[in-house]
Amino acid sequence: MQAKAGQFFSSGHTNNWAVLVCTSRFWFNYRHVANTLSVYRSVKRLGIPDSHIVLMLADDMACNHRNPKPATVFSHKNMELNVYGDDVEVDYRGYEVTVENFLRVLTGRLPPSTPRSKRLLSDDHSNILIYLTGTSRWNGFLKFQDSEEISNVELADAFEQMWTKRRYNELLFIIDTCQGASMYERFYSPNLMALASSQVGEDSLSHQPDLAIGVHLMDRYTFYLLEFLEDIHPASTANMNDLFKVCPKSQCVSTPGHRTDLFLRDPGNVLITDFFGSVRKVEITMETINLTAPMVHLAVESELKTESQSYVDQLPVAEIIHQKPKQRDWHPPDGFILGLWTLILLVFFKTYGAKHLKHIF
Amino acid sequence: LWKFMSAFQQCLSPWKFQHPLSQQQFAEEERQWEATEVKEADRVPDTMQTPDVPPLTPAKDQFQEELVIRPLHSGDIYASFQFRTMWDTDFLRGSKVSHYRLFPKSLGQVISKFSVRELHISFTQGYWRTMQWGQPFLPSPPGAELWVWFQDTVTDVDGAWKELTNVLSGIFCASLNFIDSTNTVQPSASFKPLGLGNVTDQRFLRYAVLPREIVCTENLTPWKKLLPCGSKAGLAVLMKSEKLFHSSFHSQALHFRPVCQDWKCKSTVWELRQTLNVVFDLHTSGQGKRGERSLKCYSMVIMQACVVFPLQGELFELSPTTPLLSQAVVLGDRRTYSVYDLTNQATFGQTRSLNMLLRWRAAESGDMLRPLLHGERYVAGYGLQTGEIHTLMYNNHPYRAFPVLLLDTVPWYLRLYIHTLTVTSKGRDNKPSYIHYQPSKDRLRPHLLEMLVQLPPNSVTEVTMQFERALLKWTEYTPDPNHGFYVGSSVISALVPSVVAMDTNSTRECPLFSSFFPCKEESSYFMRVYTEPLLVNLPTPDFSMPYNVICLTCTVVAVGYGSLYNLLTRTFQVEEPSPGLAKRLANIIRRLRGVPLL
Repeated sequence: MQAKAGQFFSSGHTNNWAVLVCTSRFWFNYRHVANTLSVYRSVKRLGIPDSHIVLMLADDMACNHRNPKPATVFSHKNMELNVYGDDVEVDYRGYEVTVENFLRVLTGRLPPSTPRSKRLLSDDHSNILIYLTGTSRWNGFLKFQDSEEISNVELADAFEQMWTKRRYNELLFIIDTCQGASMYERFYSPNLMALASSQVGEDSLSHQPDLAIGVHLMDRYTFYLLEFLEDIHPASTANMNDLFKVCPKSQCVSTPGHRTDLFLRDPGNVLITDFFGSVRKVEITMETINLTAPMVHLAVESELKTESQSYVDQLPVAEIIHQKPKQRDWHPPDGFILGLWTLILLVFFKTYGAKHLKHIF
Repeated sequence: LWKFMSAFQQCLSPWKFQHPLSQQQFAEEERQWEATEVKEADRVPDTMQTPDVPPLTPAKDQFQEELVIRPLHSGDIYASFQFRTMWDTDFLRGSKVSHYRLFPKSLGQVISKFSVRELHISFTQGYWRTMQWGQPFLPSPPGAELWVWFQDTVTDVDGAWKELTNVLSGIFCASLNFIDSTNTVQPSASFKPLGLGNVTDQRFLRYAVLPREIVCTENLTPWKKLLPCGSKAGLAVLMKSEKLFHSSFHSQALHFRPVCQDWKCKSTVWELRQTLNVVFDLHTSGQGKRGERSLKCYSMVIMQACVVFPLQGELFELSPTTPLLSQAVVLGDRRTYSVYDLTNQATFGQTRSLNMLLRWRAAESGDMLRPLLHGERYVAGYGLQTGEIHTLMYNNHPYRAFPVLLLDTVPWYLRLYIHTLTVTSKGRDNKPSYIHYQPSKDRLRPHLLEMLVQLPPNSVTEVTMQFERALLKWTEYTPDPNHGFYVGSSVISALVPSVVAMDTNSTRECPLFSSFFPCKEESSYFMRVYTEPLLVNLPTPDFSMPYNVICLTCTVVAVGYGSLYNLLTRTFQVEEPSPGLAKRLANIIRRLRGVPLL
C-alpha cells in the first residue's frame, strides 16, 4: 500500500497534455492522418480530455471526395476500426498546420485572440506527449505540407524554450517518419524522452494498403504502437521499457530507436499512463465549507415599450435606389477645352514669336 | 379564391399554369413536428430562510425541434432538422447573465462579450442544385459563411469582428481565423437584419465567406454540443456523421436573432436556430430505383428521454397515414403536410417506436414546379492572364418582373475591370437602378459589387465583367497552388411574387421551417439564391526554381572563385620523392662513416 502510494505521487505531474501533429497533405498520405488519429483515439480512451489535446491535421481525409466511405478513417484493412470516430475535435486543420503555428503552440507565443482550444496551456507540473508524423526525405528535418520543413535544431530549441519557461514537467516525444532518429539527436533540455520509428539512414515503411480505399492505411510503427496501446487501460502498470520493445525489426523492417539519457527517472519506473493517460488526483476533505449566498437578481422592472417593434424590410427597393444620390457625370461646357488649348497656343506664340507657327502648320 | 384539394396524400398547388401535372408529384410529404414547451422553470426553493431575499426570477427558455422530410423530384430525399431555443434575457442592460438553462453558455458568453445583435453562420458541403431539387428552406453557399450585425453600442466594429471570428473558429473547430480584411466586406444594401429592430446602419454589418472550408465530423461535434441535450436525446440522436456526410448536400447552420415574444411584439426574446439540411442521394443510399424507399438512413432507436422535455424515440420505417394534417405556406406555395407529433403518445400506438416508409405512387412523376429564380456563374476566357466572369439570373415567372439585388465579392488578386461591366436581358442593355462598387486594395480588401437589377419576366439576365489575374508573391501561395483559388458565391436576394397569400402575422404558432424569413407583404416573399463558387488558376511559379538557382549560382561562384584564388596564391615547391628502404639504410651507414649521402 505504501509502495503504491509512493508510486502514485512519484511522478510529480498533475495534468496531462498531448500535441498530435500530422504534417502531410494530399490523399496518398492518408496513412499519416490515420497514424495521428489512432494515437488521438488511444489518448482519449485513456482519459485525456479534448480540452487538453491539440490535434493538428494538415489535410482532410475523412470528408475528402476520394474517400469511398465519408466521415471515416480506417486503420486496419477490411475497414475494421474507424479511428475518426463520432466526436473528434480537430484544433488546427488544413492550411493552419505550419511550422510557425506548431512552434507557437509549443512555446505559447500565440496572438492574444487565439481561442483556448488552440492553446497548449501547460504548466510546470504537466506531462506532455508530442507525436509527429509525416515525410522527411533526408536526415535532420521533417516536411510540413510539402512546402516547408522543421529541422531538428529548431525543435530542440523549442523544447529548451519550453523548459526555461517551465512549460513541462516531463515530455515524451514520438516521431514516425523516415530517419526519425535524426530528429531527436539535437535535444539538450532535461526531462525529455524520445522515440522514433527508424534510425538514421533507414526508411519507415507503411503497413498495408486497402484495396477498396486504394491507399496505404497506416505506417508500421504506429500500427504496432496502436496494437500495444489497445491493451493498456487507465489502471495499467506497463512501463516505458515495454514501449521501447514495440515493433522490433522483424515487424517494422526499420529499427525503432529511443533516447533516455536526458530523462531523470529510470524508464522502468515510468508508467505508460503517465503520458498517455490523464492524472486526476483527488483530495478528499472532511470539513464543511460554507458557500456564499447566491447572487440575487433584483426584479428589474423592464419598461415596456409602448410601441411594438417590427421586422425590418428585407429588400426595400425604393429606399435602396434613393440611398445614393444620382450621379450625373459632369462635362465641361461645349467648346471649353478647344478654347483653352487655343488660348495656350496663342500665349506660347506671343511669347516666343510667330516664327514657330510655320513649324506647326 | 384559392381552392385546394384536401386529398391528404397529395401535394397541393392551385395554379394550373405553374404545374400542369401537379397531381402526381410528390407522393407524400411527411413531417414530424413537435412543439415541446418547457414550462417555467421550477422556482428555487427558499432554503435560505431569509425573508428579505427576493426569490429568483425564473428564466423562461423554450426549445422546439422539428424534422421535415421531403422527397424531391429527382428521387432524392431532403431532410431538414431545425432546433430552436428561445432565450429570455436582457443582457443589453448590463445585468450579467450567470444562469444558462437551455441556451448554450459558450455561445451566450460570446454574444454578450462582443455585443452581437445577429449572428448567422453556416457550413456547407456540396452545392444546392436548384433546377433539380427546387428551393431549399434555408439557403447556404458552399464553404463557410458568416455574417454578423453588431449592436449600435460597439465602437470598434473591425476589432470586434476579428476577435469574434477567432473565438468562433475555436468553438466550431473551423479555420474561421482565415477571415480577415481581405475577404470581409460591408454590404450596403444586402443582408438586412432578419430579426426585430429598426436600426439598419450598415456600418455594423460584416459579411465574409470562405469557399474552401471543409465540413466534416469535427464541425458537427461542437454544433451538436450546443443543443440542450446534445446528441443524447431528441431528434439529434438521428444525426450520425457517417450517414450525414454520405450525401449530396450537407449544410449545418446557426442563426441568432431577436424575435417577438408574443403577438403584441412589445418585448423581444433571443432566438437561436440550429438547422441541418441534408439531401440523401438516391444511388449512394443503396436503392437505385424508385419504388419502395425505406428510410434506412435513420435507424436509431432512441430510448432515453432528455431530462428537460419528454420526448419519445422513434425508429423510422413507414407509416402511410396520420390523422394530423397541417397546412403551411412556405416559399410562396401552400402545401399540406402530414404531421407526426412525437410528444403525443397516440403517435406511437403500442410500441415505443415509430417506423416510417415512403412509397412512391407512380413510377414516373410529372414535371416539377420550376423555381422562379435561379442563378448560375462561370468563368470564361483562356490562358492565365485575363478572363471574364459571367453571372446568369433566370426569371421563370411568365409575366411578372421583380427586382433582384446581386452581391459579388471578388478577391483582390482578380483585378476586375469595372468599365467592362455589362448587364443584358433578352439581348438589350438593362441598366441597374442602384450600383455600389468598392474597388479592391491589394492585400487589404476585396472587390465589392452590389447591383439592384429588375429582371424582366421569363428571361435570362447576364452580367459580365472582365478581369486580370495578378501574380502573387511566392510566400502567399498555398501549399497546393495548382488546385486553384476559390472565389466566393454571388448572393442574389430577391422579392419574388407569390402565388398564395403569405402570412404576414409573424408570431402565430407555425412550423419552424416556414417562419424563417419575415414577411412584410402578402403578395411577395423574400428569397436568397447562391450561385456556384468559382475556381480560377492563377499564374503559378515553379517553386523548385529558387533552390535550383541557389545551387547553380553557388556552384559557379565556388568553382570560379576557388580556381582564381588558387592560381593567385599558390606557390610551387619541388619535392624529392622519399627514397626506398635500402637506400635509407645505406644513407644511415654513410652518415655514420661521414661519407656524402646517395
